[in-house]
Amino acid sequence: MAKNGEKLFIKGNEAISRGAIAAGLKCYFGYPITPQNDIPEYMSAELPKVGGEFVQAESEVAAANMLIGAAAAGSRCMTSSSSPGVSLKQEAISYLAGSQLPAVIVNMNRGGPGLGDIGPSQGDYFQATKGGGHGDYRTLVLAPGTCQECYDLVIEAFDLAFKYRNPVMILGDAIVGQMKEPVITREVKDHDAAEGKEWRIEGAKDRDHRIIKSLFLTEGSLAGHNQALQAKYDEMAKNTKQELFETEDAELIVVAYGSIGRIVKSTVRKLRAQGHKVGLFRPITLYPFPSEELNKLAKQGKKFLTIEHNLGQMVEDVRLSIRTITDSDFFGFMPGNLPTPDDFEEPILKSLGGK
Amino acid sequence: MSEQEILAFDRADAIVDVPTHYCPGCQHGVAHRLAGELLSEMGLTEDTLLVTSIGCSVFLYNYLNVDSVEAPHGRAPAVATGVKRARTDKFVLSYQGDGDLASIGMAEIMHIANRGEKVSIIFVNNTVYGMTGGQMAPTTMEGQKTTTSPNGRDPMKEGQAIRMAEIIASLGGTAYSARVALNNVKNIRKAKKAMKKAFEVQQKGLGFGFIELLATCPTNWRMTPIQANERVESEMIPYFPLGVYKDVTAED
Ligand SMILES: Cc1ncc(C[n+]2csc(CCOP(=O)(O)OP(=O)(O)O)c2C)c(N)n1
Ligand code: SF4
Repeated sequence: MAKNGEKLFIKGNEAISRGAIAAGLKCYFGYPITPQNDIPEYMSAELPKVGGEFVQAESEVAAANMLIGAAAAGSRCMTSSSSPGVSLKQEAISYLAGSQLPAVIVNMNRGGPGLGDIGPSQGDYFQATKGGGHGDYRTLVLAPGTCQECYDLVIEAFDLAFKYRNPVMILGDAIVGQMKEPVITREVKDHDAAEGKEWRIEGAKDRDHRIIKSLFLTEGSLAGHNQALQAKYDEMAKNTKQELFETEDAELIVVAYGSIGRIVKSTVRKLRAQGHKVGLFRPITLYPFPSEELNKLAKQGKKFLTIEHNLGQMVEDVRLSIRTITDSDFFGFMPGNLPTPDDFEEPILKSLGGK
Repeated sequence: MSEQEILAFDRADAIVDVPTHYCPGCQHGVAHRLAGELLSEMGLTEDTLLVTSIGCSVFLYNYLNVDSVEAPHGRAPAVATGVKRARTDKFVLSYQGDGDLASIGMAEIMHIANRGEKVSIIFVNNTVYGMTGGQMAPTTMEGQKTTTSPNGRDPMKEGQAIRMAEIIASLGGTAYSARVALNNVKNIRKAKKAMKKAFEVQQKGLGFGFIELLATCPTNWRMTPIQANERVESEMIPYFPLGVYKDVTAED
């Protein structure tokens, strides 16, 4: 086990695994799919050593449903997968949200639709941030751009899951999952063993029995339930996370997330060195989207360019955030190819120069 | 009501004192009662974590006085696995109908048995989808008319009724698998004994416990409760033979 402040040179997928164990992970359920197999492999070896349970489920469907059971029992639990596998998990994620259960789901986004490819992509943004499964619900979504963030955000994901009693998704891709970087581990203070004591199932002793469910048949009760969920999402929106890089005097703000945000940062650095007034806004919380922070920049008269590794998804949230003031250009780097900082130079300069 | 009213049976502490929503002659209620009585008699009420499924039994959590979580259609075995792995010290019980367990949830039931999870599953086989209005189930019998097999189930097109107790018995992690029926008092007594065995193998940590209950659905069979009981005897039991298909405690 990594000690506090230890410096490791590891892959993003391993950083996620180590972060989860540091956060007190008790149960992991998974099913193999590239490019996230390092996570179940790590868990199968390491989780039992710290008294946790690892199950290689018969399918993603089963893995996500195991999460419902473990979460209902109040344990810190996680599953991980990649795009087609995450589609299969959506029914259970909807039940988790409807039953107000805390769990962490990792999606190492690969190319789609369908079987697509195993390379990186941001094609699952809509699925991750708009609910993905059936019904009115949202999953809190965090998007790491570095291996260090993989480690840190998964720890935060568990705290947020329990704080809001809601599923939290870590949305990465094959770039951040497969690259190796230095990661500094940190000591995580033991979470309270009584976490969830007021709602979890643990045996009805000296009190009325508890029912964890998402079925609300009596007149008006589903409406009340959905209102409570909405209030929770509004509350979450007060604490979004984002990185602002060179935005102060920038004329053009590039909005990009995850590994693409990280690559764009290099492009911004290079263009800055050439004297171009460009900056980066990298949302880390994808749901709730950091609309207010972006809106502040719009009020300062900035131009916007959204860059994604897909055909255009987050750009809708960017436009919604700034719609009363301005618009955003869009540049989609097609999944199926790996971008470099150079690939973004031309579109950024074009947006900067255009009116 | 007479002042001389005598209480013939006590209500077990695991059973909530509310009217159930089942149709007259439906045996889900009998199955619930047996489960509740056993939990009380075995002193398990306070230690039980219940997983409920989809179908007419979806409200079981209202009738048993134990903490519970609701599973999506067919997924109760996966949810139960999660509960048990998180709380290995608790008694985990699940309850599924035939559409739920043998159709949409076929993969989950196979694998929970094969892994030998220490949980007990009660399987109510009434040869039909009850809640959704009487459609064909994997256990619907040859020639049986349902709303989606209006001319009777045709094995050449729709396959034969699946015998679950036998299949579950063939899997490595199963410690106990039996089929019983709820059509008469004698069989109900036997059913309770078998359910107790299924519970005991979990308590002893021996593996997975499975109990198939042949039960009636008079509403969707378009029968009176008495006719429905007769059908269990004359049609179901011959095709779905009663008995213990695996019992690891009997082998030593
Ligand atoms: C994913 C999904 N598909 C379909 C349904 C609709 N549905 C509800 S109950 C049911 C059938 C249950 O039948 P069975 O398991 O035999 O239980 P019974 O009602 O006979 O007790 C179905 C198909 C659902 N709730 N979820
Ligand atoms: S429809 Fe059938 S299974 Fe459902 S309550 Fe009525 S009799 Fe019972």
